Amino acid sequence: MHEQLTQLVELLPELWTALGQTLTMLGIGLASAVLLGGPLGILLFLVSPGQSLANRWLAAPLGWFVNTVRSLPFIVLLVALVPLTRVIAGTSIGPLAAAVPLSCAAIPYFARLVEQNLREVPRGVIEAAHAMGASEWQIVLRVLLVESRSGLVLALTVLAISFLSYSAVAGVVGGGGIGDLAIRYGYYRFETGVMVATVALLVVIVQLIQLTGNRVARHLDKR
Amino acid sequence: MMSAAALLRLAGLRKSFVLPDGGRFDAVRGVSLTVHAGEIYGIAGRSGAGKSTLLRLVNLLERPDAGTVTVDGQELTSLSKHDLRAARQNIGMIFQGFHLLQNATVADNVAFPLRIHGGRTRAQIARRVTECLDLVGLLDKAASFPAQLSGGQKQRVAIARALASGPAVLLCDEPTSALDAETTRQILRTLADVRQRLGVTILIVSHELDVLAALCDRVAIVEDGLVAEELRLDQPRATTALGRELLGLRPATIPQERRHA
Repeated sequence: MHEQLTQLVELLPELWTALGQTLTMLGIGLASAVLLGGPLGILLFLVSPGQSLANRWLAAPLGWFVNTVRSLPFIVLLVALVPLTRVIAGTSIGPLAAAVPLSCAAIPYFARLVEQNLREVPRGVIEAAHAMGASEWQIVLRVLLVESRSGLVLALTVLAISFLSYSAVAGVVGGGGIGDLAIRYGYYRFETGVMVATVALLVVIVQLIQLTGNRVARHLDKR
Repeated sequence: MMSAAALLRLAGLRKSFVLPDGGRFDAVRGVSLTVHAGEIYGIAGRSGAGKSTLLRLVNLLERPDAGTVTVDGQELTSLSKHDLRAARQNIGMIFQGFHLLQNATVADNVAFPLRIHGGRTRAQIARRVTECLDLVGLLDKAASFPAQLSGGQKQRVAIARALASGPAVLLCDEPTSALDAETTRQILRTLADVRQRLGVTILIVSHELDVLAALCDRVAIVEDGLVAEELRLDQPRATTALGRELLGLRPATIPQERRHA
């Protein structure tokens, strides 16, 4: 017990570094998901059958692209994207490099979540906006995003938690992070104390993300 | 006095839909009618008769396959997308399900049509929102969210929203069908009041004949995508069964005074 405690204390600086790495990967991944996956999700929704920009020549390839990226196991994506990662991050190792495949996986994932949430907005409300003379762009900004905002926050929460666990795999390319620490020390070196401590930290982070997400979503939901 | 000027003219409107089984459904099969400025005009019919489709053709929520729609001297069917959006400021619409933004306050809902068209200062918008909420008697609910209102209050917010941009025509798609009898009477009073105070022309679709009998100056009976007859509620002549039923529901006191409202 004492020995394990010493191990833990010795590991504290590394735990801090790992936490920073995890937050870097998560931050970049989530930011790309929102900035690129969000618009992609809106587009997926608008071009789907029955919507105002319905276009099957666009809907089919977009849907196919999103499904294909989402069907790749993350570790395969991680390795397959190494050349792209080198171009974007300038290196293929480290947390910044790992953020590239994480982002590539997060974008289509979030796009689907956004599309699903926009589908929940009642048709009649969109139609009423059309009847008032709103443009497509105004409907996106002033109707769809406003009415689905609490669902979108929960979608981002789900995404954040999934990608916290994905980021553990990024250790394969030296991404570091808490999950990687758990694997290297806890799993490979049989240091149970480290394993338990890192997993406990992950549990705490997940709970915090979920709690925050629930709170914000509830605050935004006036329905 | 009611002016005889034609405010709304539908000419030769046709609309059919492709059914999921590949067949075709002719919802509107050649409808022409004229509504005068300041008139309350009803469209009656059994469900599936094409009356809702007809209403949705007026502001081009549905594009007609043939025919023209002229509102307040402007032919809508030939307008570009951009000009049609601007023209829609002149055509308010309310619905059976209200269709308010749930995550926006009552005031923001009423401000919606003003904000999307621009050209107004914040102060002008705020003043107009206050006027419209006052008109429907809901000034005290400006900061509430729709979920906190009753059905009748939601419909009055929808009326305020539809009138915010100062339209010449108000389209009502089954406006009272989700409401109980007392609330229905309230909404009918509000609509009659709006016509009287603003001179707005109202086109109302309803399957509730008593609603049309209480409110309208004239009613078109729609059967099978066509106007089977056009009734004047101050004249006891009807040839269709639905028309006779409607005239039978006419409140004894209303027609004469109402025509001069």
